[in-house]
Amino acid sequence: MATTYEKIATTTLGSATANITFSSTAGTYTDLVLVLVPKYVSTTATKLTINSDTTTNYSATWLYGDGSTAGSFRLSNVSPVIINYFNNTSAQSSMNIVNFQNYSNTTTYKTFISQNNNAGAGTDAGVFLWRNTNAITSIKLEPGTGNYDTGTIATIYGILKA
Amino acid sequence: MSLILGILDSGGAAASTSSYESIATATGTGSSGTITFSSIPATYKHLQIRMIGKITGTGFYRDDLYLRLNGDTGANYSRHQLQGDGTTASAGGAASATYIDCGRIVSSDSAISNVMFIAIIDIQNYDSTTINKTVRIFSGSDANLADSSFRIWLGSGAWLNTSAVNSITLRPASSESFTTTTSVALYGIKG
Repeated sequence: MATTYEKIATTTLGSATANITFSSTAGTYTDLVLVLVPKYVSTTATKLTINSDTTTNYSATWLYGDGSTAGSFRLSNVSPVIINYFNNTSAQSSMNIVNFQNYSNTTTYKTFISQNNNAGAGTDAGVFLWRNTNAITSIKLEPGTGNYDTGTIATIYGILKA
Repeated sequence: MSLILGILDSGGAAASTSSYESIATATGTGSSGTITFSSIPATYKHLQIRMIGKITGTGFYRDDLYLRLNGDTGANYSRHQLQGDGTTASAGGAASATYIDCGRIVSSDSAISNVMFIAIIDIQNYDSTTINKTVRIFSGSDANLADSSFRIWLGSGAWLNTSAVNSITLRPASSESFTTTTSVALYGIKG
């Protein structure tokens, strides 16, 4: 059996940083799994951009719970796309796990799903669409406002299939 | 300051582990509505299915995706799900069901021609012969449309049987077929 789940790259920020970009050249893997443990300088959430596409080719549907209420929300024709429903304060810890399925195929739009856990504000799950059939070759993460603070950790894994 | 990391596909990836392995993959044919992984070896502790999928037919909401284990079509399943349609969060479930519901798979409607449904399905301790089997589903689709057919889905299912899982079948609720853009991969996780 082939080994299939590999760490591609990771970083732990040693200083405040505006954005983190994972870049690629070809499609070695089938799926990507992005794990982000952000620490923000100010209250905000993470925005995601694929292949430097800054046109409004993104949309999102969330399911969320804030400790008292469950709800669902949708955004259409946005750029970049926010992957967290809840904002983080600078004091809150959170975690995002984003799955990109068949990221290198060139025949379909790219759908990705994410689970975001922020014990201080709420938990949410989201499904996202990038309306482009190109293979994903780069993923940029950035706070909605301000920088990622020291200690932010981002890791990306690749998954192969048989 | 910005940080650019690595290259996703350099082939020079860092240390790998052997605890997550590919077992088999399947693709849709355009003429069959059934994808079955059979003769699954009992050499792992957990299974994970990773899928992008679409079915034939039109209409934004055509079918849910069904999962059955070991070919069991009896009323031996139960399930619950929590879902969001972009406006409302809702919950549902069923006892004595004949399948586990994995969410709403998208159709081949021309208005959503490049949109795919994706799912991650986990089956814990599939090799056990002493406990019923529990399944976790995380799935969804988005089409940049204000239509409740496109949902995020968190589901749990149970197969009320203590046999080890040796086959998994996915199929849409009706007689539609999986398109050729459908791809399903089965992985084993060692324990």
